[in-house]
Amino acid sequence: MVETAAPNSAIPSTSRKDWSSDQEVRWCPGCGDYSILAAVQMLMPELGVRRENTVFISGIGCAARFPYYMNTYGMHSIHGRAPAIATGLSVTRPDLDVWVVTGDGDALSIGGNHLIHALRRNVKLTILMFNNQIYGLTKGQYSPTSEVAKVTKSTPFGSLDTPFNPVSLALGAEASFVARTHDMDRAHMQEVFRRAHEHDGAAFVEVYQNCNVFNDGAFEKITSRDARSSMLIPLTHGEPIRFGADLERGVVQRSDGRLETVDVSDVGVEALLVHDESRPDPGLAFALSRLSRGPYEPTPIGVFRAVDRLEYGSEMSRQVSEAQERKGVGDLNELLRSGSSWTVG
Amino acid sequence: MTSGTDSKKKTEGENPDHATEKIDRVVIRFAGDSGDGMQLTGDRFTSVSALLGNDLATFPDFPAEIRAPAGTLAGVSAFQVHISDHDILTPGDAPNVLVAMNPAALKANIGILGKGATVIVNVDAFDERNLSKAGYETNPITDGSLGAYRVYEVPMTSVTQEVCKQAGVKPRDAERSKNFFALGLVSWLYTRPTSPTIEWIEKRFAENPKVAEANTRAYRAGYDFGETAELFESNYEVRPASFEKGEYVQVTGNTALAWGLIAASRLSGLPLFLGSYPITPASDILHELSRRKEFGVKTFQAEDEIAGVGAALGASFGGSLGVTTTSGPGLDLKSETIGLAVGLELPLVVVDVQRGGPSTGLPTKTEQADLLHAIYGRHGESPVPVVASMTPSHCFEAAIEAVRIAVKYRTPVILLSDGYLANGAEPWRLPDLESFAPIDPDFAVGGRAGSNGAQEEFSPYTRNEDTLARPWAPPGVPGLEHRIGGLEKEDGSGNVSYDPINHERMVRLRAEKVARIADDIPRVEVDDEGGDADVVVVGWGSTYGAIAAGIRRVRARGGKAAQIHLVHLNPLPRGLGEALAEYKKILVPEANLGQLSKILRAEYLVDARALTKVQGVPFRAAEIEEAILSMTEGS
Repeated sequence: MVETAAPNSAIPSTSRKDWSSDQEVRWCPGCGDYSILAAVQMLMPELGVRRENTVFISGIGCAARFPYYMNTYGMHSIHGRAPAIATGLSVTRPDLDVWVVTGDGDALSIGGNHLIHALRRNVKLTILMFNNQIYGLTKGQYSPTSEVAKVTKSTPFGSLDTPFNPVSLALGAEASFVARTHDMDRAHMQEVFRRAHEHDGAAFVEVYQNCNVFNDGAFEKITSRDARSSMLIPLTHGEPIRFGADLERGVVQRSDGRLETVDVSDVGVEALLVHDESRPDPGLAFALSRLSRGPYEPTPIGVFRAVDRLEYGSEMSRQVSEAQERKGVGDLNELLRSGSSWTVG
Repeated sequence: MTSGTDSKKKTEGENPDHATEKIDRVVIRFAGDSGDGMQLTGDRFTSVSALLGNDLATFPDFPAEIRAPAGTLAGVSAFQVHISDHDILTPGDAPNVLVAMNPAALKANIGILGKGATVIVNVDAFDERNLSKAGYETNPITDGSLGAYRVYEVPMTSVTQEVCKQAGVKPRDAERSKNFFALGLVSWLYTRPTSPTIEWIEKRFAENPKVAEANTRAYRAGYDFGETAELFESNYEVRPASFEKGEYVQVTGNTALAWGLIAASRLSGLPLFLGSYPITPASDILHELSRRKEFGVKTFQAEDEIAGVGAALGASFGGSLGVTTTSGPGLDLKSETIGLAVGLELPLVVVDVQRGGPSTGLPTKTEQADLLHAIYGRHGESPVPVVASMTPSHCFEAAIEAVRIAVKYRTPVILLSDGYLANGAEPWRLPDLESFAPIDPDFAVGGRAGSNGAQEEFSPYTRNEDTLARPWAPPGVPGLEHRIGGLEKEDGSGNVSYDPINHERMVRLRAEKVARIADDIPRVEVDDEGGDADVVVVGWGSTYGAIAAGIRRVRARGGKAAQIHLVHLNPLPRGLGEALAEYKKILVPEANLGQLSKILRAEYLVDARALTKVQGVPFRAAEIEEAILSMTEGS
């Protein structure tokens, strides 16, 4: 077994610098990844966690360079497989904080299978998916979140594929924690990441991230400073869902179940939908995720769903310790004789 | 319910009506429909024979379909067992006895029987419908086509139904017990004690007393039928073999392999983590390990083969013993992750229980055609040590050896088994667990301070001078924080590097690390009785038994042949080239189209001749014998 630091010793106080590695950050100048990295590095000292117990695991893509820049343990693995690798680490080392950093291509194309299964199993992982709706590292092909008819190097006549809505996908995959944030608002990112990190199970966070080289301005209509108040719908647990500079807009649920944005003055505050992230049924969270058809309509951000469910790794450990309590710690000599044995001589 | 004690009195005494003949060995093949329970029947017969002290080898031979259409050739499932009073090496070339539960079972197996073999048929199943399903135009029992065999017609279904009716079991349900009738009959024929099987039935079907009762009645009826029906002139006794002193169990390759992994976990102090996806014929390793949680084993049935190996690698990164188990199609899918493990230089054991390929191929049939894939099947220069087990029980130590190499050299290791080893059983003299050397994980130690007192930056790609292994530094240790990945790393620091000279250095270092393992494995061993043979037979994996038995036959006829059997396929053992150079002729029997022979030719510039067979079944000793003889005659 690995001998680690005594769990009771005081956690040293740290600053952003302690969490930054000595490697030069090599994203394109102006990339949204910089602000996400800064948000994470600045958040870490506040989380009360140890550097040596923190691991970042990534796949392939621009986002996947993330672990190199964190002064923690880390692995830059292979395309799409980070959730699988992180699952093996998380379930065998419950003492660690395992983060997965991925992108829309990594998580939803080549690694789609691993992502949905990590979510349904509820493995303790904090999964940050940077969504820039494009393949950046391979220099500009459309991604599984690109809008239909997108003209890229690989789709000169426009893309034909219907995109995934990552929040809808995660909810459909039985995720117990699903949230969305964006790279233009550090405080919001940090609050969402903090919540995701606290969650005991698989936490999925979609981060709208600008690729200023291959898909510049993809989220500008909703995340630019001028647009935010009217185009982003902040979700706050237990509060009526409202947005707009003067909170003049809100979300209501119609009798047929549909959600709609309305003028609060038309319906009254009492008629607004009150956000409940802890509803056992993901239906309403799903409906919220469908409120906007893309980053050009008022779009909810924040925590869509946060429910308690048995965590996979703890359950796996429980089965092991229960077996050991029931049978005693395994005896190899007995194991070899667990069928019938006979003696010669 | 019938008690075991009654039967003991009756069955273990002398039998006045029949003479009991002593024979030194017999090969019995039980064959029926996939749903007839032939595997269970063979397995029970084997277990009782093991307890009696016979040497034995088994060959379960079943179709990929769980239930192919009843009565058809495609649905025939067989279990061959060879029992003897002396040391044997194979499940036997040609069965002496065939138990055929229906016409299809007869038709599928009659061709491989030995001259004058005994054929016991369930005559109730030889009706027009079943005959036509098996493609017989006339009834082989009555048309004289079985003249070369001793045929016994036994009404297994009807007698079973009759005895079960008395217990209140419906005829349809009773029919399912007819395999126990067959087992009872053959148990009488070969004087096996009844009590172990009756006790086993009672235990196995404890929750379903009616089924237990039906099976017991059928089993006893089969036994009594042999004794009372005046059909068989005599029954036979196969005396215990003279084994080396020790404690023995009967074990299959998959079980031995699972236990070897648990033992290796103990020897290394590393918790065992298995990431796996169900696949024939490897799934039994997953099943066995998932039952053994008291050993701290964690098993993870992944969403696919890729996640299975990925999770295992993640566990290794965290300081566990990461293992994944699969067969050929899964090895294809795991290749990319194995390549990552080569670059990360982390321990990982990949078990490939080979089956017929390409693609889905022959899922339940054996083959050795993944050797080149295991050694070379990744992009880039991606060296991986390869170890192969040679008998079912050898899977135990082969697993420990694979773990030893993986941990000591921080490398993925591919362990090759195959369908024949996986399901085949043999008696295994239990090893002294103390005889296995501990495996030191030698984790990196944290908190190192540099000469100026400041914390020295940890360099994960510095190397042990002898082994060239890098430090293994699982998370949790302050001061050893580091990042590793699939991009090329700078020698020493492990930082990403695109420097051309560094890349060449790293490629050569990784190759050299694996090549040096040759200094850490036994030198080649040659079995050459007189030291003057002209032919050496070189094999690897499950061909061991057939090759050794073939050589025995050659020697028994006064001929000469030497044997080399390789456990380490990459790197090859020291002295192999020199040893091969001593012989005029080199014969390489392989269940593929000549993969090892290709390697030997390339490595040593020798004229290695492949003897190939890709029929989904193991070599027969006679085939090896014949090949050696024709080679020696030609010289």
